[in-house]
Amino acid sequence: MPTINISRKVFEEYVGKKLPTDKLKDRISYLGTDLEDATNNEIIVEVFPNRPDMLSVQGFSRAFSSFIGAKTGLRNYKVEHSHEKVIIDKSVKDVRPYTACAIVRNMHFDDEKIKEVIDIQEKLHITYGRNRKKVAIGIYPYEKIKTPITFKAENPEDIIFQPLEFPREINALQILKQHPAGKEYGHLLEGKKKFPVFRDANNEVLSVPPIINSHKTGKISEKTTNVFIECSGFDFNVLEKCLNIIIAALHEMGSKIYSMDLIDGNKKYTTPDLRPEEMKVDIGFINKWLGLTLKENEMKKMLERMGYGYSNKKALIPAYRADIIHQTDLAEDIAIAYGYENFKETIPHVATIAEEDKFEVFKRKVSDLLVGLGLLEASTYNLTNEDFQNKRMNAKLELIGLANSISSDYNRLRAWVIPSLMEILSNNKHHEYPQKIFTIGRIFKKNEKFDTNIEENERLAVALASEKTDYTEIRQALDYLLRSIGVKYDVKGTEHNSFIGGRVARVSINGKNIAYMGEIHPEVLLDWNLEVPVAAFELNLTELFEIINK
Amino acid sequence: MEIEKTIATLHPLERKVLPALKETNSFDKIAEKTKLQKVEVMRALQWLQNKKLVRMSKNLQEEINLGENGLKYKEKGLPEKSFLQFVMKHEPCSLEELQKGTGLSREEFSISLGILKSKQLIDIAKEKTIIIKLSNKAREEGKKTSLLNKLFEVENFLNKPFPIYTSQLKDEEKKVLEELKKRKEIVKINIVKIITAQPTEIGNKIIMHGIQEKDILDRLTVDVLKSGSWKNKKIRSYDVSINVPNIFGGKRHFVNHAVDYIKKIWMDLGFKEMNGNFVQTSFWDLDALFVPQDHPARDMQDTFYIKEPAYGKLPQELMRRVKATHENGWTTGSKGWQYEWSERIAKDNLLRTHTTVLSAQTIAKLKKEGLPAKFFSVGKVFRNETLSWKSLFEFIQVEGIVVDPNANFKHLKGYLKEFFAKMGFPDVRIRPGHFPYTEPSCECDVWHSKKNQWVEVGGAGIFRPEVVKPLLGFECPVLAWGLGMERTIMEYYNITDVRDIYKNDLKQLREAKLWMK
Repeated sequence: MPTINISRKVFEEYVGKKLPTDKLKDRISYLGTDLEDATNNEIIVEVFPNRPDMLSVQGFSRAFSSFIGAKTGLRNYKVEHSHEKVIIDKSVKDVRPYTACAIVRNMHFDDEKIKEVIDIQEKLHITYGRNRKKVAIGIYPYEKIKTPITFKAENPEDIIFQPLEFPREINALQILKQHPAGKEYGHLLEGKKKFPVFRDANNEVLSVPPIINSHKTGKISEKTTNVFIECSGFDFNVLEKCLNIIIAALHEMGSKIYSMDLIDGNKKYTTPDLRPEEMKVDIGFINKWLGLTLKENEMKKMLERMGYGYSNKKALIPAYRADIIHQTDLAEDIAIAYGYENFKETIPHVATIAEEDKFEVFKRKVSDLLVGLGLLEASTYNLTNEDFQNKRMNAKLELIGLANSISSDYNRLRAWVIPSLMEILSNNKHHEYPQKIFTIGRIFKKNEKFDTNIEENERLAVALASEKTDYTEIRQALDYLLRSIGVKYDVKGTEHNSFIGGRVARVSINGKNIAYMGEIHPEVLLDWNLEVPVAAFELNLTELFEIINK
Repeated sequence: MEIEKTIATLHPLERKVLPALKETNSFDKIAEKTKLQKVEVMRALQWLQNKKLVRMSKNLQEEINLGENGLKYKEKGLPEKSFLQFVMKHEPCSLEELQKGTGLSREEFSISLGILKSKQLIDIAKEKTIIIKLSNKAREEGKKTSLLNKLFEVENFLNKPFPIYTSQLKDEEKKVLEELKKRKEIVKINIVKIITAQPTEIGNKIIMHGIQEKDILDRLTVDVLKSGSWKNKKIRSYDVSINVPNIFGGKRHFVNHAVDYIKKIWMDLGFKEMNGNFVQTSFWDLDALFVPQDHPARDMQDTFYIKEPAYGKLPQELMRRVKATHENGWTTGSKGWQYEWSERIAKDNLLRTHTTVLSAQTIAKLKKEGLPAKFFSVGKVFRNETLSWKSLFEFIQVEGIVVDPNANFKHLKGYLKEFFAKMGFPDVRIRPGHFPYTEPSCECDVWHSKKNQWVEVGGAGIFRPEVVKPLLGFECPVLAWGLGMERTIMEYYNITDVRDIYKNDLKQLREAKLWMK
């Protein structure tokens, strides 16, 4: 989640009220932002992804100021119409179909302000814009542009301009290979025959969204006072919200907002539109949801403390809020205004009957029997690797792989559990023998009968290691367990490459194989660096449980 | 009388060791004398010390042993002796003659030459070649005693009963030792711990008194019991306060002790356990929980996806409802996320990222008549992270839901407070948080009295109608939480590296204390 790092002094100017640090910390936490740190000079907060409007010092201060009651209710954003046009050509519909634009005057940029604006742009790109996939934002010095502006798609070879901070003119295809932004975001245009481009009335390239601006027409400097802003992407509502978030912040910096006409075929939109959306407030529902008995007037006040307006039983939702889609969203904001800390903990008198999962009960009983035999229980990972499962065990089981594990030691799901115990024995050679261990663990294999096409079973594995360990000892343990459970079973010799030939057996109940056991083959012991004999069994508990309950 | 009582408590090993102290104080010698193993002697001495009959002392000593050459010279004689003998017989002689005649190695030869010269026993004269002869001083003295006696000091030293200790040497011997140290492989010096045992005053009294073996029965045996011979004897007393070696029994893994306790808390509160698969489709893990398909939580870097079989099957009817809810809110009263929902993405198989997936599946099976209902699970969840001291890729989540038409936010706080109080954290703080599937959403902190700060323990909230209605078929508040466990477990077992929880170190498992909550 993104963090913002803001100057406390600037913050307090925007908020219009100073709070002692302790109080400040407390209020930030209860506003619904994760406080990282607050000192005399600086405040660092983590903003949750549902509140992109708080990703700037202006946005965060605005929310905070309402919350503490310094400046509540809906903010008024004055937008004048510029009568300037952006023409959306139909060629762009296949690559990046929409844009929302605005002109902002009186910016009076300095170093600090340029940094601030770029910071808002970047934070929005990463979060709300999903790394420019959903929204890309462009900001241009308006003085260098001649309107009307056209948004269209062209062959990338024909889009030739000097990209931002690049020494010469190149075409859009070359940008993807040579410019750092091209390399980073080029994948967003992968497979597109035509690239989106903004051009001004002089046919100058402004930018190729979502990649890069032009150095000539798309670089903000200290000389810039007026800017043209566009957001481009695939969902007009999302673009409008994103534009509104930026515009609201710029407005609070003291600039003037001008709307533009977007000519999209035979449709015409005007952006930005900072009028609030309306949502009916279902007072009964919200009170029931929260367990409160607030009156309309109280609810109105709480909505105002969260930056909303209220009239005619309707909440007026600020145009920069992107997350209000249901009554419950209003309910949460009202809960925040009411104060999470002020809800009284209550346990209702509701009779429900407790029940432990039956298989979990069975597993515990099995574990208790083994503990009675002096065995230690291990707790093992489900993730492992080919070497442990197969190579060291001289086995050839089919393993289900993970598509994207960042660790090569843990990139497979296990197909059997004995290797997990071998690993433990191998890591514990310096400890006292005999070592007698068990674990109950899940195994995974392909099976189309299941929704995921993967079958999961729980298996019990037992491993005994000491100088005197042999087949008899492991057989005794299995016998004791199955006898105590009370099932009849057959034991037959079998072959298994991980065990010594002639000292390995299959255990079956009514003809169904449920376990194998034996003495581990010396070659396998060697692979695990073990110098004592090991005998082990692996028992399918899922199937055993089914058999018992038939 | 006191003495006799004490004698009666003596173990057979003590009975052998204590009298031996009359003759020696050295640990090794006691072992020699009593013919006991050294561990037995040590044990007996420690017991005797506990009974205040013996005082043991340990100190570090320089132990001297003969080296390879030392042993050789002890047997065959010193090289300088052979050298001198040859000179006495054949002087004056050339270096070549000497070398051939004595058969010494080059090194031994030059050392011998050096030593004899420094002791002024020989003269080296340069004529045509270099000539060696006895010195005048040697000749004079040679009249009185044998010249060879001059080398006695060293020979005597070699014949000492090794090992010997520097501290026991006389000053002249120390000088000899210094000389020998300079020569190759004659002596080896190690620092060793020397154990000596002195009887205390009472110990001495007991030694003087004498320890009688007869009439004391050391062990009850079947024979003794059958014959009744114990009746005429005294059964030896034990020192019952003494420590005995540790033994270890079988034990559940300490995490499972904690898990069992947590399960019990929820059951005491009337919750029913949920269980389910680790591999799930994205549909159940995310889509059914109203997580939009472009949500960062789906990123490859957070979630383990399955390579093959990469896809699962979806429940068709439910899928239609979930699709509509994502796209436009369906009949939930929500606007939905306003995008085109993809079945393909929902089919992706993954390792469950939270046990909330079990809650979704449980709700999907509920009927109106079954309400109110409360469920919990304590199970593994997965996150694509590298193993480090503070992060695991598999860990335990404690999940709970309350499906109750009358549930509200106050109840959510109530259940969480109750649970954490039973976990030993009476102070719980709920503050605003964010999850795509709950509204309101909260982060839970508990007050950590040792650290004197709030510690994050998990997330909670009320499931959005966009989650519940498609699954359940009608609207109903569902309180939900997903809490982390490992931190509390680490705290209790004094573990600082989170990997140590699943390290399966047998010593740690054998000695793990019980979960005493």
